[in-house]
Amino acid sequence: MFGLEITPVIAAITVSHYLIVGAILFVIGAVCMATKRNALGILMGIELVLNGANINFIAFGSPYLRDDNLGLDGQLISLFVIVLAAAEAAVALAIALNFYNNHNTIDIDRADELKG
Amino acid sequence: MGILAAVNRVYWHEFFFMLFAGISVVFAVCVLLTQNIVRMAFYLVLSLGSTAGLFFLAGAEFVGAMQLMIYVGGTLVLLIFGVMLTAQQRYVKMNTHPTDWVLATIVGGSLLVLLIGAAAGVDSWKDASASKKALAELDVDDARTATPLGLALTGVRVDKLDSDDPALANGQSGYLLPFIIVSVHLLVVLIGAAYMARTKRSATAPVGRAERARLNIMQMEHETDDVVYSASKQSSSSLLDSDQSQAEESTDEAQE
Amino acid sequence: MIGSLVSTGASTVTEFISQNIFGLDDPNWFMYLLCGVIAAVLVLHVIAVGALFFIWAERKIAGRIQDRLGPTRVGGKFGWLQTLADGVKLIAKEDFIPRDADAPLFKIAPYIAFAASFAAFLALPFADGAVAHHVNTAVFFVLAVLGLEVFGVILAGYASGSKWSLFGAMREAAQVVSYEVPLGMCVVIPVFVAGTMNLTTIGEMQAGWFNNWLVFHDPFTFIAAIVYFTCATASVNRAPFDLAEAESELVAGFHTEYSGLRWSFFFMAEYGSMFLVSALASILFFGGWHPPIPIDIWILEAFADPDLVAAGPLKDAVPSLVTFLVMLIGIATLVAKSVIGVVVMMWVRWTFPRLRIDQVMATCLKYCVPIAAVCFVGSMTWETLDLPSMNTINRYEIHEDWSEDLAVSTVGEDGVDPEWPEDENDDESSEVMDGEEAPIEEDSVAVQNGLSLQEGE
Repeated sequence: MFGLEITPVIAAITVSHYLIVGAILFVIGAVCMATKRNALGILMGIELVLNGANINFIAFGSPYLRDDNLGLDGQLISLFVIVLAAAEAAVALAIALNFYNNHNTIDIDRADELKG
Repeated sequence: MGILAAVNRVYWHEFFFMLFAGISVVFAVCVLLTQNIVRMAFYLVLSLGSTAGLFFLAGAEFVGAMQLMIYVGGTLVLLIFGVMLTAQQRYVKMNTHPTDWVLATIVGGSLLVLLIGAAAGVDSWKDASASKKALAELDVDDARTATPLGLALTGVRVDKLDSDDPALANGQSGYLLPFIIVSVHLLVVLIGAAYMARTKRSATAPVGRAERARLNIMQMEHETDDVVYSASKQSSSSLLDSDQSQAEESTDEAQE
Repeated sequence: MIGSLVSTGASTVTEFISQNIFGLDDPNWFMYLLCGVIAAVLVLHVIAVGALFFIWAERKIAGRIQDRLGPTRVGGKFGWLQTLADGVKLIAKEDFIPRDADAPLFKIAPYIAFAASFAAFLALPFADGAVAHHVNTAVFFVLAVLGLEVFGVILAGYASGSKWSLFGAMREAAQVVSYEVPLGMCVVIPVFVAGTMNLTTIGEMQAGWFNNWLVFHDPFTFIAAIVYFTCATASVNRAPFDLAEAESELVAGFHTEYSGLRWSFFFMAEYGSMFLVSALASILFFGGWHPPIPIDIWILEAFADPDLVAAGPLKDAVPSLVTFLVMLIGIATLVAKSVIGVVVMMWVRWTFPRLRIDQVMATCLKYCVPIAAVCFVGSMTWETLDLPSMNTINRYEIHEDWSEDLAVSTVGEDGVDPEWPEDENDDESSEVMDGEEAPIEEDSVAVQNGLSLQEGE
């Protein structure tokens, strides 16, 4: 029933499927970074971008999807990405907090002292 | 039962891929569209969480758990900050200018077309027979990646020993140096974030508006009543302490 | 139905049900789904029935500690049905949402807290084979998912639109995030002593008399067990660390605005996590599903077929009904140990006064983290120097088990997938690994040298 109907619609999941999900998350993250005025919203956009990239690494390294895969390198690199993303979030939050303390707002458009 | 037996091989992998990918993309769009910062963080949590599901599905159990612990846990801190900074209602919503939307949509749309074209453009990536073969031999109990991953971080690649390249085959393709660099990086970030997020207590240092208001209130209370002053000082300093410790914790967690 | 217990070797509840109750070796998708749902319902009942029992127990214990009787009337002599009466009262209450609340988040928050608590149970083994899903990195998974429970609390606090709730939620967030650090450190100690993150394997390693429990491995694991229990109490937000719902300061903290069924979901989540951290403590430190006196081993030995004992593990040499019986004993033991843990938490709650928020933070950062770090280093030194231990079990067998797999994975030339070892090649690998307890690096390099020699020829 369920299996029979769905089979023709989606064939086996391949690396491309994962890459497409990764691409969508990446673009949404990029658009999020461009449109948000809230500093924290921009940070969330960055997280989405990194996440989209991570999906690519995992997909290329997955032994379930391709024989000729990256192996553990894919997972290792995504581990590094996760750790660095956490570090980046910590620094960015510290900046946001400082910005809030100095400007009493987290609207990024108000950070225009260097405009001259 | 006859029908049920006929579909003995159900497409769980496809089903769960669609489920997790769907949740992840839909909530990412929600992050984009909502203007409320706390809801944004909540949708982001759901999106990242179902991405962890995708990782589990692709056989990367350890990275999936890591994603849940660090990424989603890190977003938790984002959420806290969101709540903290938006305790006053005026910052909860910030509307984007329509021009920004148009520009971002054009740029993002063309980027999306490009990326999807690239993702679907390579034949070997779309080769379903490879994944069917791999799935037929799928045995979840064999997915022991945690130990090889840990060994790779200490410089020993147990999975690359039969490599054709002699330089890699010698067990030299480990990640010890990047691991050390990341560790030092985390230490630097820990100190840096704690330094930047610290509250400036000295009178000479430039004081923020919020801080100044708080000091004013304390001063006024001091003039009226000493007891009240000491109480409010205590409470405000404990508030500040908790702010600071949260910033430190976010890095602590990163270190984990 | 039970009579048709034919095969053992099921590694999860789902497989166990499908093989032994329905007699299917390769279940079709409907049966698999059905078995999965049964497993999920079983796990759900651990929380639901557990909460039912623990709420009654808490009232009784609180009463006795305060020199009262506690509930006595509902359901006979001991007030057995008090929780059911509470439940009926809660369902009958008005479902109230404040005007300033963020309605969708307010509605969904209790279910998030509950779902996180429930999901962590998926990877928790109740005995060898009685686990809903076999996760290889189970310790890590349980900790990660348990940490998500605080999301529900923060969302509840924010969405209530009340200052009390917001304060409670922020306190809870700060507390849980900081206590995760010492908690994780304490959990890592049994993990490296055992050499695996698989909870089933860690539990199986502590078979035998109680001196095989990891808490008696060395003095540092003993201290780590105590620190773990303290941090676990704090991270599930129980008194004396229940700052998030400090009645004397914050009315009721993050659930001030909740009533009725939603409120009760927070409590189910809380009791669920209490049980979970206690069960995790039992598996990691207190011998898991093995009773202090090895009754389970004795039963297995009594029924073992002497011809099969030499061939493989004891469990394969006994009738499957006996294995089932031993599994039930294991489940009962683990539940008993966890209940003891929960009762200790209740005892602590009604004995100690609540800490202040700065004292809570100081306990974590000034005491728990350094002590956990010292225990970590100390226990590692103990293990490295191979100092005398009360544990008599030889854990190197287990170490060798996974290093064997790794050695197989390096033999790539005869059609073996380099990354996913297959069982047929065990013979080869045991030659390579024969009787060695050396670190795998050397073994792997040895294998590799052999390989490159062959290639050179």
